[in-house]
Amino acid sequence: MNRLSPFNIVSLTLGFAFLYIPMLILVIYSFNGGRLVTVWSGFSTKWYGELFQNEAFLDAALVTLKVAVISSTIAAVLGTMAAYVLVRGGRFLGRTLFSGMIYAPLVMPEVITGLSLLLLFIGIGLDRGVLTIVLAHTTFAMCYVSVVVSSRLVTFDRSLEEAALDLGATPFETFRLVTLPIIAPAVISGWLLAFTLSLDDLVIASFTSGPSSTTLPIKIYSAVRLGVSPEINALSTIMIGIVAVGVITASLVSKQQLIRAKRDEQEAARTE
Amino acid sequence: MNAPVFAPWTDQSAEPMIRFRNVTKKFGDFTAISNLNLDIYEKEFFALLGPSGCGKTTMMRMLAGFEEPTSGDIIVSGDNIGHLPPNQRPVNMMFQSYALFPHLSVWENIAFGLRRDKLPKDQISARVDEMLKLTRLEKFARRKPHQISGGQRQRVALARSLAKAPKLLLLDEPLGALDKKLREATQFELMDIQEKTGTTFVIVTHDQEEAMTVASRIAVMDEGKLVQVDTPDRLYENPNSRYVADFVGDVNIIEAKASPLDGDRYALHWSEAEDALIGTTSTALSDGQSCYMAIRPEKIAISADRPEDAANAVQGKVEDIGYLGNMSTYHVRLNSGSLIKAQVANQRRISRRAFAWEDPVWLSWTATAGVVLAD
Ligand SMILES: Nc1ncnc2c1ncn2[C@@H]1O[C@H](COP(=O)(O)OP(=O)(O)OP(=O)(O)O)[C@@H](O)[C@H]1O
Ligand SMILES: [Mg+2]
Repeated sequence: MNRLSPFNIVSLTLGFAFLYIPMLILVIYSFNGGRLVTVWSGFSTKWYGELFQNEAFLDAALVTLKVAVISSTIAAVLGTMAAYVLVRGGRFLGRTLFSGMIYAPLVMPEVITGLSLLLLFIGIGLDRGVLTIVLAHTTFAMCYVSVVVSSRLVTFDRSLEEAALDLGATPFETFRLVTLPIIAPAVISGWLLAFTLSLDDLVIASFTSGPSSTTLPIKIYSAVRLGVSPEINALSTIMIGIVAVGVITASLVSKQQLIRAKRDEQEAARTE
Repeated sequence: MNAPVFAPWTDQSAEPMIRFRNVTKKFGDFTAISNLNLDIYEKEFFALLGPSGCGKTTMMRMLAGFEEPTSGDIIVSGDNIGHLPPNQRPVNMMFQSYALFPHLSVWENIAFGLRRDKLPKDQISARVDEMLKLTRLEKFARRKPHQISGGQRQRVALARSLAKAPKLLLLDEPLGALDKKLREATQFELMDIQEKTGTTFVIVTHDQEEAMTVASRIAVMDEGKLVQVDTPDRLYENPNSRYVADFVGDVNIIEAKASPLDGDRYALHWSEAEDALIGTTSTALSDGQSCYMAIRPEKIAISADRPEDAANAVQGKVEDIGYLGNMSTYHVRLNSGSLIKAQVANQRRISRRAFAWEDPVWLSWTATAGVVLAD
């Protein structure tokens, strides 16, 4: 084992401090008893109670969740299809143009994406609401999904698909029974990525949301402009908690799988 | 005792199962297969042999339907299948990389093709069990491919491709990943299975020993062309060209000018300093035509004195001895400067070896031991 040098310890500490001290302060103050955010006046969970009484926040949370689930699911389907065609479709006219266009929204400033979507929705006379946010989120999340899935497809062993065809599977059966189950982890991580992107999107949502449907980030942002309330600290702490649990679970599960695969392989070598 | 010899290719009336007719395959400007004609018969164990890049895999892939011939026809059992998609062909392929589905168990891998045919459940299950038994994999049915060893994976791939009882089974270097012992055992297993199931096998290999062991006939390929298609023994004893003689087994090639003697015998003038060699060939050579004598090392005798009645005898010094266990290869430098290899079975222990380095020896062989080749 390499011992950490003093230099490494210092840079590690600084890096983590930089990343996590702001969040830590937020978490601590969410348990503050007083209404003033910057003055500590004893431990309390009362703001959590208040939060769950606040209908506006709960509504916004529901809208956000609904939008995130629907848009990331559609994005996962469309993004996977786009990736499959781009990687497997062979050469067709305009292929380079297509693959370039898939990535464009990744580098496009969100303000522009949001604005152009807004203009489109006004142009076709679509009332702004949950539907428009879903459409907007699907549009940009799809690109991320397609990037994740196509990087998996590039390394996919082509002969597996050929073997399926050879055994009498139609091209569609081959995709459903062989390709999809094997690339499923990539599709799922693409879905998760789309989900988190949708959860914390503020810019595009503020262009495409209507008065009746506000998402949580918009709600928080507008609430903060009237002054930071301890309720928002509590809400943010809950969100940090959810994300942390999700990330830790995912990494534990994948680590477990790695260990199991290793053990299986060793066992296979022994039963030779 | 008098079992009929299996040789449908000698029977004029036999209908070939697979016909390649003037098949050409181009990748862009590059011609991978050029104007190839080949007949393969039912129940044959046919081997494609050739150096890397000569087009063996391309031929397989055209049979399986993953590549379309640029021109020409591929006919299987009377049907032109040149443009049929792979999932509609009566052909199954065992991939070099095995291509087992990693997310399915051994059992499900073998059942995959049967399920595509929408067979009833009990029939599928019976057939899979039969395949598991044939390949001795019963114990591993529930495991995933990454939970079994390389040799077992290879047997799963074989079982999966055999399960649908295809008319034709293609094997692309099926044993490449196995060690020598396991490979030899599997070769015999393959032959056994082929005999039991009566399936026509086409195997790709670049291991000439493997081709000789398993195949009823071998096609030797070079740069997208067939050089010779023949039984293993004829390929070895009667190669039609220097390329085949050199590719199949070990051989000494002596360049010479022919002058006809009586019948099919020729005197071969190969060195100013040495007597002409005597060889036979059925192809007519003109006086002074340049040709090659190909002589296998094991057909050359080695002795201390000049043998009296040998048609060909040359003298030299032992330069090197390669000990192979059962055999020893003597590299003998002739007085004229050329190097000839002679192979002798080691019937005695090595300490009793008759010749040592630098010993003067005579090499001799009969007039019919070698083949005389025009090109
Ligand atoms: N898809 C392709 N595009 C372009 N060239 C190809 C393609 N597939 C094969 N080739 C070329 O065709 C030639 C024959 O290839 P093939 O794979 O049939 O060789 P092989 O005899 O199987 O060789 P090996 O013993 O190395 O497997 C090679 O020169 C190869 O580079
Ligand atoms: Mg090959």
